Amino acid sequence: MMKSIKLVEEKRENNMSSPVKPMSMKEREQVLGKYHPDYMKNTKRKLKVGIDTGKLMYNGIVDLLEAKPVLDPKDVDISKIDYDLDLLIIGGGGAGTVAALFAYESGVPKDKILIITKLRHGDANSMMAQGGIQAADRPEDNPALHYLDIYGGGHFTNNPDLARALALDAPGIIHWHEELGVMYDRQKDGEFQELSGGGTCRNRMHSAKDYTGMELLRNIRDKSRNLEIPVLEFCPVVELLMDDKNQVVGGVAFNLETYEYYVIRAKATILATGGSGRLHLSNYPTTNHYGATGDGLIMAYHTGANLLDLDTIQIHPTGDAYPEPLVGILSTEKIRGLGAIPLNNKGDPFVFPLEPRDVESAMFIQECKKGRGIITPTGMPGVWLDSPMINIIHGKGTIEEKLAGEVRKFKRFGIDMTKHPILVYPTLHYQNGGVEINEHCETKIPGLFAAGEITGGVHGKNRLMGNSLLDYNVFGRRAGIYAANYIKKVKIGKLTLTHLDKYNKMLEKANIKIEKTAPIILPEYRGEMAISRSLDIF
Amino acid sequence: MMKKGETLLEKPDVKKAKDIEKKTGVCEVFIMGKSYKVPTGLTIMKAIEYAGYRFIRSCGCRAGFCGACSTVYRIEDEQKLGFDLACQKLVEDKMYLVQLPFVPASKAEYDIDKIEPSESTLITMYPEIARCVSCNTCTKSCPQDIEVMKYIQNAVRGDIAECAEISFDCIQCGLCAMRCPADIKHYHVSQLARRLRGKYIDIRSKNLLQRLKEIEYRKYDKDIEKLMKMKKNDIMKLYSNREIEAEEESDNIGGD
Repeated sequence: MMKSIKLVEEKRENNMSSPVKPMSMKEREQVLGKYHPDYMKNTKRKLKVGIDTGKLMYNGIVDLLEAKPVLDPKDVDISKIDYDLDLLIIGGGGAGTVAALFAYESGVPKDKILIITKLRHGDANSMMAQGGIQAADRPEDNPALHYLDIYGGGHFTNNPDLARALALDAPGIIHWHEELGVMYDRQKDGEFQELSGGGTCRNRMHSAKDYTGMELLRNIRDKSRNLEIPVLEFCPVVELLMDDKNQVVGGVAFNLETYEYYVIRAKATILATGGSGRLHLSNYPTTNHYGATGDGLIMAYHTGANLLDLDTIQIHPTGDAYPEPLVGILSTEKIRGLGAIPLNNKGDPFVFPLEPRDVESAMFIQECKKGRGIITPTGMPGVWLDSPMINIIHGKGTIEEKLAGEVRKFKRFGIDMTKHPILVYPTLHYQNGGVEINEHCETKIPGLFAAGEITGGVHGKNRLMGNSLLDYNVFGRRAGIYAANYIKKVKIGKLTLTHLDKYNKMLEKANIKIEKTAPIILPEYRGEMAISRSLDIF
Repeated sequence: MMKKGETLLEKPDVKKAKDIEKKTGVCEVFIMGKSYKVPTGLTIMKAIEYAGYRFIRSCGCRAGFCGACSTVYRIEDEQKLGFDLACQKLVEDKMYLVQLPFVPASKAEYDIDKIEPSESTLITMYPEIARCVSCNTCTKSCPQDIEVMKYIQNAVRGDIAECAEISFDCIQCGLCAMRCPADIKHYHVSQLARRLRGKYIDIRSKNLLQRLKEIEYRKYDKDIEKLMKMKKNDIMKLYSNREIEAEEESDNIGGD
């Protein structure tokens, strides 16, 4: 690797003065078709069971939808109810917490709300987002332009009602954050510092230093804690509960530490289980948190809800590729925005640094597949991102000031990104699609609402940067408000888990070879030596 | 009791694991006192998993943002304790490891809409900060290199803005609070300081208020409806012809 770095250093000056031009639409389509997993043939297949039979989805997701439900109705006695609620919120991340706050403000009593989560309150992808949150609040900008960006960015496949909600609700969300005390980056006159992001026609990304997601969620969580909204941690819900009127009326949760199950009856249920990066679709590493295993997709599908756009995944071109402990972790697009150029193993540039993410990713993959990438000692491929260029272009100290989080991250592993290029490779970043909702966050099944990364239709087939933090706020709020409304009129019938029996029968009928159970709850990362010697006796 | 047995775990690739061990070399770590051999170059988190532990607690974002994996360690024969995040720190030979599965720190309850950001707000909410003995243990325990004691001193003095500024990168791992002889809950104190600053001290945006009024009067409804009703070809054309602000300024790019 050091040999390659020397070439990078030798050619640096030349590279800075002769940049690669952007690609034509045709060239883009060609490289996407050959190298982006969304367009490749062996990454997806048609689903053979359930309401979306025949739909094309990524293999990893189909594997879990065609798997046996992990909960056997014979093992649970649903006549004994452990929690009797108005509102069950599944997921303790951004969407779930925002939903709880707005449900409470809409009149649902605190002690009738429960946020239930598989890890801790706040353990979610929401906490890890770095770059920013979009909102059209400048005079030079307006929500109609934001709508256009959202819809075009999604390749014109978004649900227009959801895209409109996202754009119009955005300024109100920023105002709500101001009232909560979020420390957004501001100019001296109080106006927000707003940057551009990929696919945005106006600068409208609001940020809080390097830690936008963290700053938002810790504020929102603090409000929830002050109100003492009940939270149950380390208790994933493993299946939804239904009644004899085909409504969703709560769920069955599993205490990861005592192995008990809890029967939770609720007038309304909001699914806010987030993303699915830890399924490592197409064997990609991921930027996602430990619990992002797409459980909500499985549970919703078992009840008969529809799933959208799971034939796409969002891979981010610059996940870290070295050193091994950092593999898959996000390195922000800002690095390229500030001037760093991607280079191959000979130190030569091969792509315009700011193509759309899917195109940029495909180009990196192509370079490595053609043998011009760098291979690390652990076998991970990657291309260089010549970060030292940034200080040369913008002056000494730029990297340290504007990319402080990145500098800290690499420093911990003995890498100085101001002196040496960093190694990057595409990583699985976001679930564009998911459970289908309308603008009231209702799914097809009465009683089941959904918000956040778990949903589909908001971003179409491709999410824009800065819209995921916005998504969980806008739709978390709507889910809380509309669920609160729904709660006033609903009447719960007789509890049942027969939808699981029906699902098992469907699997049999479709002649599917059962190889897994789902949801998986947590990924399996134990060492292979240890697993090869494990016994299931205690 | 439910069996997990129905899932067929993929057959572990023992040969591949042995090859990696040969390539990288092996070191000895003590997980809560028990000795295990793991490849060098792993983070504490991956080393513990390599040894066969499956995390329920003490594992969150795996990227240094959430504070779930706070770890206390000591190298054999050394007396000093070390503190870091398991997902960020690499194992060293003869490292003794233990993790904090939970931090039982008390938190003040307040309604941010009802409290005033005065010089005495922080010390009233968290009177124990007055007992700070300036031992600097908190700063030494912080995995984010934050000057914790400095921001507590600012809090004692009533400088909310400075306390907020210094504490910004806090991931609320709790190591500071668990080590403090005065039982200060540093990360809760600083959370309040940051909220007070964001809400009361920083100057607000006027543009935002203007835009909110416009939205309330439905100024953009018609434009968006027009876009929603457009034929696909027309909106595609409109989209590819739109003016991009950032092409005039190449400096302002950010965001994920």
